[in-house]
Amino acid sequence: MEQVILKNLGKPDSHKLENYVANGGYKAIQDALKMRPDNIVQMVKDSGLRGRGGAGFSTGLKWSFIPKDPTIQKYLCCNADEGEPGTYKDRGIMDNDPHILLEGMMITSYAIGASVGYIYIRGEFVFGAKRLEAAIDEAYAKGYLGKNIFGSNFSLDIYIHRGFGAYICGEETALLESIEGLRAQPRKKPPFPALAGLYGKPTVINNVETLACIPAIIEKGPEWFSKMGPEKSPGPKIFCVSGHVKKPGLYELPMGTTVRDLIFNHCGGMLTDKPLKAVIPGGVSAPLLTARELDTALDFDSLAAKGSMLGSGAVIVMDESACMVKSAYIINRFFSHESCGKCTPCRDGTPWLTRVLKRIEHGEGRPGDIELLESLCTNIFGRTFCPLGDGAVMALRGHLKNFRDEFQFHIDHKRCMAQ
Amino acid sequence: MLSEEAKKEIEKALRKYPNKRSAVMDALRSAQKDRGGHLEKADMDEIAVILEMNPVEVNAAAAFYTMYNIDKPVGKYHIQVCRNISCSLLGAEHLIKHMERTLNIKTGETTADKKFTLSTVECLGSCGTAPMMQINDDYHENLDEAKVEEILKGLE
Repeated sequence: MEQVILKNLGKPDSHKLENYVANGGYKAIQDALKMRPDNIVQMVKDSGLRGRGGAGFSTGLKWSFIPKDPTIQKYLCCNADEGEPGTYKDRGIMDNDPHILLEGMMITSYAIGASVGYIYIRGEFVFGAKRLEAAIDEAYAKGYLGKNIFGSNFSLDIYIHRGFGAYICGEETALLESIEGLRAQPRKKPPFPALAGLYGKPTVINNVETLACIPAIIEKGPEWFSKMGPEKSPGPKIFCVSGHVKKPGLYELPMGTTVRDLIFNHCGGMLTDKPLKAVIPGGVSAPLLTARELDTALDFDSLAAKGSMLGSGAVIVMDESACMVKSAYIINRFFSHESCGKCTPCRDGTPWLTRVLKRIEHGEGRPGDIELLESLCTNIFGRTFCPLGDGAVMALRGHLKNFRDEFQFHIDHKRCMAQ
Repeated sequence: MLSEEAKKEIEKALRKYPNKRSAVMDALRSAQKDRGGHLEKADMDEIAVILEMNPVEVNAAAAFYTMYNIDKPVGKYHIQVCRNISCSLLGAEHLIKHMERTLNIKTGETTADKKFTLSTVECLGSCGTAPMMQINDDYHENLDEAKVEEILKGLE
């Protein structure tokens, strides 16, 4: 398949502006600047692009909520706080092709009327932040950023805001709090950021991969995008494959590619001769699929129909050697570590789950522990301030639903049946 | 006292935002770099004055994020090994135990010569090249025992 988002990866010095331009970059923004902003919003709506950060909301629709009044300051925030375990696509883009992100941000800012953009990059991505900083400097030097970009009437400044270790900053309103210099705890919605976001001003928050799709939509047209993959979930998608496969890595494929096709054709199959046991299809929040469900299509709606989700497109593959109790424990430990402390069900509930899972994993499980986990899940799910607590529950329920006998075996025999 | 370099970095950060408070994360990072990897109360108080914040607000911001090491000095090389799911599937626990033996410290500790601190972290976004670790700013990927030994030996 023709690569669109990852087209420059692997080319020599792909991060440099001159090479980005030589490969056809910064044409789409110049075309966009000749269009009316409204038309660009409509094009992105028509393309069917849905947010690649995990929620899958229509990108064009999100943009259309921004008030049109030109006297109001507006902001674009790029969510580069990539933290969902298993996910490393945004890092791939920023490390190797920072200009595709900048071009996507330029077009988006013009479409929504934002004169300032912030890239919120997670603190550990030091290399990516340096690459972005260098790319921004190159763009300013060329007149692609700053006053009257590309000689137009449109002016835009882009700044980097570096996080410093907090998964919750990937939640869009927590991200805004973090930029404002506060503890990064999610805000109450409404008001939604499109009306009152950063510094109380209308703000669009888009994921790196989402923004990287924008130049191609301008260049190739919304129809090209909407005809790739399933009708309601179209376009190219980056899958981040990890775990027990021969060739883990980033794969840009059409939405709707099946799990089987991805693992056995593109990734070269399982790492060893041990058969596949489970696949987490969309980052650790997504309930896992079993070997019986490999023909599931990887797109927003097909995975939702299976009770799971596409999330960030992180596909984690586990063979028969993987212990499901350990997997559930590790994933849950992550959520309790990252709980921001704002609401009680998540702050107290996720560490409680972790304690119970830890004792089962270490052969100290008690009769009734599975029922205790289920009861805790009931008291967390749907009762938390933001989706972090829900993610913890969804992950655990996926493990319990398909591998309850492994949890029971751990409790009864004080050891693992997989290892 | 913050170094002149840190003060310059804070001034630069202030130009990015319409309010001073937004520069607090950059300021804390500069201060931490100044001390070689950790923060002390005096740094946060000084930042509070520059950014016209209450000292407790600076402390509250710093305490929220895991990468600020408040009152916790780290070694010259801060080794952070990922232990989340993708790395765990490919042997992260084994590597962590191996490093504890090699460095003769437990996770969370610093060697007596203050050269190495060993920590575990939750997913650094390098899952296709697992198992992995970060040493100071740099990522080291596709690790095994031999590669870890070689990397540690190469650190002066």
